[in-house]
Amino acid sequence: MCGAIQGGPSLEGVDVTNQAVIQGVVLRGEQPVGNAYVRLLDRNGEFTAEVPTSATGQFRFFAAPGTWTLRTLAPRAEVVDSQVVAATGSVADVAVAI
Amino acid sequence: MSRETALVTADWVEDHLNDANVVLIEVDEDVEAYDKGHIPGAVKLDWKKDLQDGVRHDFISKERLEQLLSEKGVSNDDTVVFYGGNNNWFAAYAYWYLKYYGHTDLRLLDGGRKKWELDSRELTDEVVTREATTYTAQQPNEDIRAYRDEVVSAIGTQNLIDVRSPDEFAGRLLAPAHLPQEAAQIGGHIPTAGNVPWSKAANDDGTFKKDEDLKDLYANAGLDEGKDTIAYCRIGERSSHTWFVLSEILGYQNVKNYDGSWSEYGSLRGVPVAVGDEPGEA
Repeated sequence: MCGAIQGGPSLEGVDVTNQAVIQGVVLRGEQPVGNAYVRLLDRNGEFTAEVPTSATGQFRFFAAPGTWTLRTLAPRAEVVDSQVVAATGSVADVAVAI
Repeated sequence: MSRETALVTADWVEDHLNDANVVLIEVDEDVEAYDKGHIPGAVKLDWKKDLQDGVRHDFISKERLEQLLSEKGVSNDDTVVFYGGNNNWFAAYAYWYLKYYGHTDLRLLDGGRKKWELDSRELTDEVVTREATTYTAQQPNEDIRAYRDEVVSAIGTQNLIDVRSPDEFAGRLLAPAHLPQEAAQIGGHIPTAGNVPWSKAANDDGTFKKDEDLKDLYANAGLDEGKDTIAYCRIGERSSHTWFVLSEILGYQNVKNYDGSWSEYGSLRGVPVAVGDEPGEA
């Protein structure tokens, strides 16, 4: 697969008005990583959710407003933590480089 | 029960891939995960289509389970090893469910699908067929399943463990954050329940923590070993993970899974509810 898709998965058909969406893509160089795991940790570092990335390296969470940490695990890679702020009615897009 | 009898490692699974009496079963929340790649020889159970009744808000009957396992080629004396995504949530649910119907030799692959993938072990999309069997399930073991009336009676008297995330416990979220927020009518938790998120029992790679750490985790949350325990979450799968830790790894007695969980309790009329980060009063 070549050339990563920008941003998270398509939101077509999802009403984000009342959702605080955090989404994005995991990249190794310019290549999307389809076998990574992204964990969502709350403001106290507590685990809230985890998703495997799609074949195109993408992930998405429906969070609550506030500051979150994304922890990315992938084969043959160090763990990467990324901070993100979510707000109701908006989509926070994150690109994670491993 | 103990770690040695309930858990197997990825190495153990690799060593037993061709063992005719070992049946690997993958159970995922993402029901397409298996089709993209699975451990060689593993069969698939769809936690929703295969294990839920489809009409009643309940899991399938003994008769349907017998039919399902017979078709999948599972025998009564097979060693059944469950694994799956989401840190084995649904695999633990299936383990609990088969235990409820009396299967004797059940195991969980420590770390599940995630650990297997992070280790870069072999996955295949090869179609797996096993010769059909005649499976006979036992009568349900109600010692490991809690129902709503029992849960209400347990408020202030038994160990109630809410294993959801702190935000779900407090009522700030209604569902895990990778799902659209829906399900129960209201947010919050069962009064007097302690919040011990299931994830505290697992390492980042999905394997279970050491016995001593697990014991400390629940002791520090106030779990009284002299009392019966009920674990719950939103729909009963994460609490299966915690039920597995308490009952199968640590060997605590009288631990039940309330599979109705918050999606049922948070929609009931007339029951007490607590919101916020504290357990609340009985």
